[in-house]
Amino acid sequence: MIASSGTAQSPLAGKLHRIRALMRKESLQVVRDPSSIAIGIVMPVLLILLFGYGLSLDVKNVPIAVVLEDPSPDARDFVAGFQLSPYFAAQLTPSMPQAQAMMVARKVDGILRIRSDFSRNLALGDAPVQLLVHGTDANTARIIQGYVQGALGQWAARRAAAGEPTASDPVVVRDRLWFNEANDSHYFLVPGLIVLIITLIGAFLTALVMAREWERGTFEAMFVTPVRVGEILLGKTTPYFVLGVIGLFLCILSAKFLFEVPLRGSIVVLTGVSMLYLLVTLGMGLLISALTKSQFIASQIALLVTFLPAMMLSGFLFDLRSMPAAIRLLTYVLPARYYVALLQTLFLAGDIWSVIVPNAAVLAAMATGLLLAARAATQKKLA
Amino acid sequence: MLEALLRILALVRKELLAILKDPRTRISLFVPPVMQCFIFGYAATYDLNNVPYAVIDQDHSAASRDLLARLDGSGVFVRVADLRGAADIGDYINNQRALLVVQIAQDFERQLSSGLPADVQVIADGRNSNTAGTAIGYVGAAVAAFEAQWQSDHGESGPPVQLVMRAWYNPNLETRWNMVPALIGTLTMLQTLMLTAMSVAREREEGTFDQLLVTPFRPAEIMIGKALPSMAVGITQATTILLVAQLWFRIPFVGSFVTLYTALAFFLLAAVGIGLLVSSVASNMQQAMLFSFVILMPFTLLSGLTTPIENMPVALQYAAAINPLRYAIEIIHRVYLEGAGLSQLVPDLWPLAIIAVVTLSAAAWMFRNRLT
Repeated sequence: MIASSGTAQSPLAGKLHRIRALMRKESLQVVRDPSSIAIGIVMPVLLILLFGYGLSLDVKNVPIAVVLEDPSPDARDFVAGFQLSPYFAAQLTPSMPQAQAMMVARKVDGILRIRSDFSRNLALGDAPVQLLVHGTDANTARIIQGYVQGALGQWAARRAAAGEPTASDPVVVRDRLWFNEANDSHYFLVPGLIVLIITLIGAFLTALVMAREWERGTFEAMFVTPVRVGEILLGKTTPYFVLGVIGLFLCILSAKFLFEVPLRGSIVVLTGVSMLYLLVTLGMGLLISALTKSQFIASQIALLVTFLPAMMLSGFLFDLRSMPAAIRLLTYVLPARYYVALLQTLFLAGDIWSVIVPNAAVLAAMATGLLLAARAATQKKLA
Repeated sequence: MLEALLRILALVRKELLAILKDPRTRISLFVPPVMQCFIFGYAATYDLNNVPYAVIDQDHSAASRDLLARLDGSGVFVRVADLRGAADIGDYINNQRALLVVQIAQDFERQLSSGLPADVQVIADGRNSNTAGTAIGYVGAAVAAFEAQWQSDHGESGPPVQLVMRAWYNPNLETRWNMVPALIGTLTMLQTLMLTAMSVAREREEGTFDQLLVTPFRPAEIMIGKALPSMAVGITQATTILLVAQLWFRIPFVGSFVTLYTALAFFLLAAVGIGLLVSSVASNMQQAMLFSFVILMPFTLLSGLTTPIENMPVALQYAAAINPLRYAIEIIHRVYLEGAGLSQLVPDLWPLAIIAVVTLSAAAWMFRNRLT
């Protein structure tokens, strides 16, 4: 590389030259440090594979114990429905104490008990069936209750169709799930992973790298060179921006081709808003490192204000509307909720501009604000 | 023997001072876990309570109004609009103004009165299919209550079979009862592992590790000296979160504290072992942090904290066998909610013991071989 000849160059050319040199230095640093590559490339791939396959809220083959105390044909018929269902792995258990012991040992997640007077009560038109569920995992327990209720309804309908004098449910609820007809939890979990991965690269990695520069004093050393603060930040963050974009494309590709999540919106819009979110996280990472100047504390804060909220407070897993008002207000300050709304809409619903425009605008405003704040925080320490 | 003990004590004292002397580190060890515990205790729930829904009532009958009144009065649903026709559904669902649209056909009451099946259509925004599924379940419950009322009002017999449901260990099936105790393990592990990984890496980066090596300490003593303070911090954090769970969230603790703390000791030993192993591999703080993060992320997400382990493919379930957090969460749930004793926890304790032994001896070996 030719050293800048100073006087012959216009200020702009000098600026570009300095930025280029910095980017080159930073890129080499990223490429040569195995841990950055680990988190920039290996991590996204590993994460999307692990979580894409590992995270699932689709409950199938729930082990349940069936205690059949009534040997009548009616009761057997009732139980047969459960034994055939793909949702249950029903095992007949001779006695209630035995079933309870299995539940205590968590060998089964539920007990269905058909008492000895079932067929007699059925003839009278009022037969109770007892369902006990293991409540520790409340979400799964609720899904099991729903499945059992559904199996029961099907059984009643079958009987009614067979001409048995059975009143079936007077009201039939027909539900339709828009955007995800098959009710596959990957459809929202995989786009949600993209949020986690970009947050990780943008905020966590950047905060860590910058805090290290502060800790070692190499940042101050840069200040005595002719390079300006803005140029330093630009040069330093560009390689991470590129890493983030690579991670993003890896995620989109695997979402589409590996997990077969439909991409109904335009990929250009998706890339655009993802870059906006990447800028927001870069701004957060820079700001955190400039304010803390310590690797350990920067990593803790980055974890606390970027990664965990992206997982818990973004609408990725948990419904934002159901949170208490104070926490709901907090989610509006965090960028992740806007990006999750964008991702879920762009992947599953399509280009719905009334969702895209406001959310993207908030992200753009946050990116601008955070990057300016990061610049200011860096500048102040120069004095 | 006594000398070795004194040496270890001195090292523990030095480590504790190093951890606790910096006020910012002190704060970052205890404030974030408590904050997270509060925020996630409130936020991390699959239970719904503020579901915006829209209505298309084409029947306008007493029966349809009664059914809708049940939805409005459930405390779960908030009616945001009465739509005129199916053409408006797209607008409300697409723009996320409503999670559900409930449509009641115009012959609803007539069908009911003549004993024919009456239709209720529910259209849900499936962008988060779990939330949508839960909301549809709530509609189903409201409809069932309406049916029972209708049938008893009209002298009809109810459905022939009723499901009597009861949940063990968590009678109201609150996600919080599952989540907050699990945080005792999760948050403690996040910080214990990182703290341990960083403590050796810091000494290495600052060059004080070499000084430590020329002292009379043996590698094993150095390791114990590094492990004990981290475990102490971990136990303190776990206690703090336990207190928040019991005193703030009022989740009843039915087990024994002795059992819980014994199991936590096993767990923390495994976490510290992994931390030491990471720090023996990493050559500086940044690497230590990144490596621990690369380990912690999958450990946290594949621990059963947010989605059940049983839902994972079999291969991943085997891979999760090396994850100490999944055993810890299982143990904490069993002790906290179910009141299990130590003997029932053996299947979860021995994997933790193995993880601890393997990681600690591997770390010791690495130290000895990198010392030169």
